[in-house]
Amino acid sequence: MLHLAFLMPLLPLAGFAVLVTFGRRLGNPLAGWLGTATVTGSFVIAVIVFIGLLHRTGDARSFTQVLFTWIPAGSFHARAALLIDPLSMTMALFVTGVSALIHLYSIGYMSHDKDYPRFFVYLNLFVASMLVLVLANNLLFSFVGWEGVGLCSYLLIAFWFDRDTATTAGKKAFIFNRIGDTGFLLAVFLLFGSIHTFTFSGPHGIFAHAGSMSTGLATAVSLLIFLAATGKSAQVPLFTWLPDAMEGPTPVSALIHAATMVTAGVYLMVRMSPVLHRSPDALLVVASVGVATAFIAATIGATQNDIKKVLAYSTVSQLGYMFLAVGTQAYVAAIFLMISHAFYKGLLFLSAGSVIHGLDDEQDIKKMGGLRKYMPLTYGAFFVAWLAISGVPPFSGFWAKGDVLMNAFADNRALWAVGLITAVLTAYYMSREIALVFYGDERWRRLRVIKGEPHESPWVMVVPLVILAFCAAFGGLLNLPFHPNWVVLDHWLQPVLGSVVRVPHVGIGGEWALALGDAVAAFLGLGVALGWWVGRSERPALEPAFLRRAWFYDAAIDRLISRPSTAASLVAATDVEERTIDGGVTAVATLVRATGDRLRRIQTGFVRNYALAIAVGAVGILAWMLTRASL
Amino acid sequence: MNASQPFPFLTVLVLLPAVAGLLVAVLPRSRRLLIEGVGVAATVAELGLAVAVAVRFSTSQGGYQMVSRHPWISGLGVSWALGVDGISLFLLLLVAVVFPLALLGGRVRRDPAQFVAWMLLLESACVGSFLSLDLLLFFLFFEATLVPTYFIIGGWGHARRGYAAVKFFLYTLFGSAFLLVGILAVAFIHKSQTGKLTFDVVQLASTHLSGTAGVLLFCAFTIAFAVKAPIFPFHTWSPLAYAEAPVAGSVVLSAVMAKLGTYGIIRFDLTLFPHATVVMGPVLLTLGVVGIIYGAIVAAAQRDLKRLVAFSSLSHIGFIVLGLFALSTEALTGSVIQMVNHGILTAGLFLLIGMIYERRGTWQVSELRGLQRPAPVLAAVFTVVLLGTVGLPGLNGFVGEFLILVGTFVTHRWWAVVAVSGVVLSVVYMLWAYQRAFHGKTDESNARFADLTWRERWLMAPIVALIIFIGVYPAPILNRITPTVDRLAHHVALANPPAPHHLTAATHSGENAAARAAANGRAVNGR
Repeated sequence: MLHLAFLMPLLPLAGFAVLVTFGRRLGNPLAGWLGTATVTGSFVIAVIVFIGLLHRTGDARSFTQVLFTWIPAGSFHARAALLIDPLSMTMALFVTGVSALIHLYSIGYMSHDKDYPRFFVYLNLFVASMLVLVLANNLLFSFVGWEGVGLCSYLLIAFWFDRDTATTAGKKAFIFNRIGDTGFLLAVFLLFGSIHTFTFSGPHGIFAHAGSMSTGLATAVSLLIFLAATGKSAQVPLFTWLPDAMEGPTPVSALIHAATMVTAGVYLMVRMSPVLHRSPDALLVVASVGVATAFIAATIGATQNDIKKVLAYSTVSQLGYMFLAVGTQAYVAAIFLMISHAFYKGLLFLSAGSVIHGLDDEQDIKKMGGLRKYMPLTYGAFFVAWLAISGVPPFSGFWAKGDVLMNAFADNRALWAVGLITAVLTAYYMSREIALVFYGDERWRRLRVIKGEPHESPWVMVVPLVILAFCAAFGGLLNLPFHPNWVVLDHWLQPVLGSVVRVPHVGIGGEWALALGDAVAAFLGLGVALGWWVGRSERPALEPAFLRRAWFYDAAIDRLISRPSTAASLVAATDVEERTIDGGVTAVATLVRATGDRLRRIQTGFVRNYALAIAVGAVGILAWMLTRASL
Repeated sequence: MNASQPFPFLTVLVLLPAVAGLLVAVLPRSRRLLIEGVGVAATVAELGLAVAVAVRFSTSQGGYQMVSRHPWISGLGVSWALGVDGISLFLLLLVAVVFPLALLGGRVRRDPAQFVAWMLLLESACVGSFLSLDLLLFFLFFEATLVPTYFIIGGWGHARRGYAAVKFFLYTLFGSAFLLVGILAVAFIHKSQTGKLTFDVVQLASTHLSGTAGVLLFCAFTIAFAVKAPIFPFHTWSPLAYAEAPVAGSVVLSAVMAKLGTYGIIRFDLTLFPHATVVMGPVLLTLGVVGIIYGAIVAAAQRDLKRLVAFSSLSHIGFIVLGLFALSTEALTGSVIQMVNHGILTAGLFLLIGMIYERRGTWQVSELRGLQRPAPVLAAVFTVVLLGTVGLPGLNGFVGEFLILVGTFVTHRWWAVVAVSGVVLSVVYMLWAYQRAFHGKTDESNARFADLTWRERWLMAPIVALIIFIGVYPAPILNRITPTVDRLAHHVALANPPAPHHLTAATHSGENAAARAAANGRAVNGR
């Protein structure tokens, strides 16, 4: 059964190939159904492979499938090969599962778009790339998926390419990701140059070498990989592309910019945990950047008015939590939060999409309000996701975030404190959003956002909402801390991460106290926000420009990097290129011509004469050499 | 020649286009289709022969194969010596692929007979350059490329064609003068040592050169190649020539003739001056890195698609140079495959720009807007070529760029670290150009822009197929390049005996890889 693994990326890739050739002929909705079918097929294969893995025990749950030799050159040897183990299968299952749901949703959401087939072309390519990313058995093959998802992200953000904001946002995403990717490349170079491998497992792989790796090398590799992760997973300092990415269609925001692609950085760090484990410095950097990002993004999210931008900053913030977990060696907690987050954030985006759909593309939450009466199903979905992300027990977010915070507490109290404050902010910004969208007075009616009343969406859009709502509510069951037999995820990932995961020692009493603290934080943020924002949509004191404009980060980048480099580029093209370098060449030519003017009689200006001169000169030199040589 | 001798593939490869060219020149000028038909047929036959050579090529050895040697001017020791190895094989294939596409994609209105004849002569000269094992024969072919190119730019180019043609001609001729002197000097030094006058590369490789003589000769050769490639700062003829040349001219100049320079370096500099190569390595590595970054920065300021591709090309040639002087098997292999990839990609870009020009009469980015709406197929093909150019893994550009960078990192770490920034910069200018030309609301002047015709689709199909194939499965190509490049790396290593010099780590084989790995491990530990 494990041998079917290659079909997981291959099915959506085949879907991509068919859609790119015949997509327009298949049209709407057949192209969408085909795309959905291939991804669902992938999910089925993932389940089969998963069951195959379950039949094996503990350490035998690792299987390498070599596809072909990709780049052989000298002592360098890169293969296209898959690594099937509990970690990669966890990723594959949730990626294919969520992708299938969002494909289904898109059939409805994109039904009125004139470029409907093209959307599924990109979406299928994305799933194929994402599966290569998580299933690859070596860093370089993983990089194919890594850049592939980046490309699809660019293509899908710029999907509505006649909007300049969308294409600029797509470009920004690609460039920010590429900056991070240089870290990925350098990490591969460094590993090849030092331990001569970039394959994860096996007797000669990175993990086998990790134990004997020097701290310096481990730190360098970890930080370089982390640089790549900050790009892909939108962490400080490469985080502002993600909010801009909301220019893409909402299913894309849900799938790529919330549930799957942006978590790739977290996955990669967890994958590389044996190396990360060797470097306390790198761990501290990762944890600090993570928690700082979580806090910064939460403060910005608390002041945004675009329904999707709030969610985008929330995603950045939640990814920060995941890196906090990675940095405190709570790798299982990171994966746990990643999965829970995929459920509730996917759900939030899809229900936000439903709202936008129902309000004829209105995204400003200040123009919404009181929608719960008109869109009860969407409201229900949003409601569940809201409680889950806010960390209200017993929804999934409570358990996952609790796990992260408990590990942070055991590792470093300062990190934990910032994490807890961020938890309050999380509950606050989400409650502010639900208050402004679903409660309070119906501002859209007064502002004439739409004709008539908002409507609920078709069934293809509702089914994914219901399934995701179920998962978001009960996702905590994956890893309940009450009994050793209930921590399913811990046990499942034990063969991969067992040796590097740190077990926090806070005692039973400590665990209860921390859990109580988490719940209090959640209810505090929730209560304050509901009190302030239900029934009142304008509170300028709570929305300072500094926060609304994302700590002036983009403005600073523009002032300090973009504009100077544009200017430098112009200087290089004119002063350096045209005046200095080419000018120098022309000056030499002019000098030659001036000399030539004196020797006008032999200077005719015809190319054949120049050629003749060269030939004569050559013969002269030849003659000279001949005489010299014979001496 | 008696019957027992094998078919002289290489000689036929060199002569076939020239003969066809002469034939075309005497055809009646009014028979346009006949002329073009003969031209395309000849280049396709050439491609068939080149593929036959590739099929017969043995992967197990790194030396020259299918060698054909005939004394030519025996008094001067010049011989008609041709051979193919893992390096020239793929440049031969590149030439053979690019010329039919250039002829089909760059048809001219005025005087096609002359045009096709010049193109065919140019193909002969290019093939001859890549296959010559005799230095003077090489020089002859190398120079012979100038004349057809001069007439192609000057005769069928755009507004400033005259100036561009003369500048191109004189600039390259200036470089060639050094090359000729260098060639003669090497031959005579060899003669003074062995008493035999020869221009055979294989024999000359054993010439013993003093440090200074080696470096001087290296410089003489390298200036010629640096102008041809072009390598920063000898590149200023190229934006002008690429922009002013007709489509076929731009394609051939950038895709094939640029490789004459980089090929010259790997074939002659590394073979004849292995010691000077290592001594001068840091200078060339630096020029390569500067070229990568400088080319990208200047490309970002261009408002003209052809000039943009010219500077992007400068940047990518920088990668090739970097790999050539990093001198590890990985980097050298990367450089060779990058020469092929660069050829395919720039050919694709210039063909596409030619198609845009045919429709809109301009390649100014400011005139183009929202082309993706009226021309989705053109946009898709452009995207694939663009992504290959920026080195997206899974497409061809990545394989070469990556091998160059990883191979350079192993031997010259900091150059590689700086060069990696080129990976970011290329995305900046390429995506900008794409956004400006293809994205946005289609304005009135571009609304009636026609999508690719079936003829144009078939023309671009081989390019797209190669971009994907080489990106996904480069192993058959790499397996043929590596043995040759390995030999070359050994040759350079032998001339540079192990010393406290860190550059000796550059050349290695499997067995000392571990030692090198250990050395690098220490370097990291020591941080």
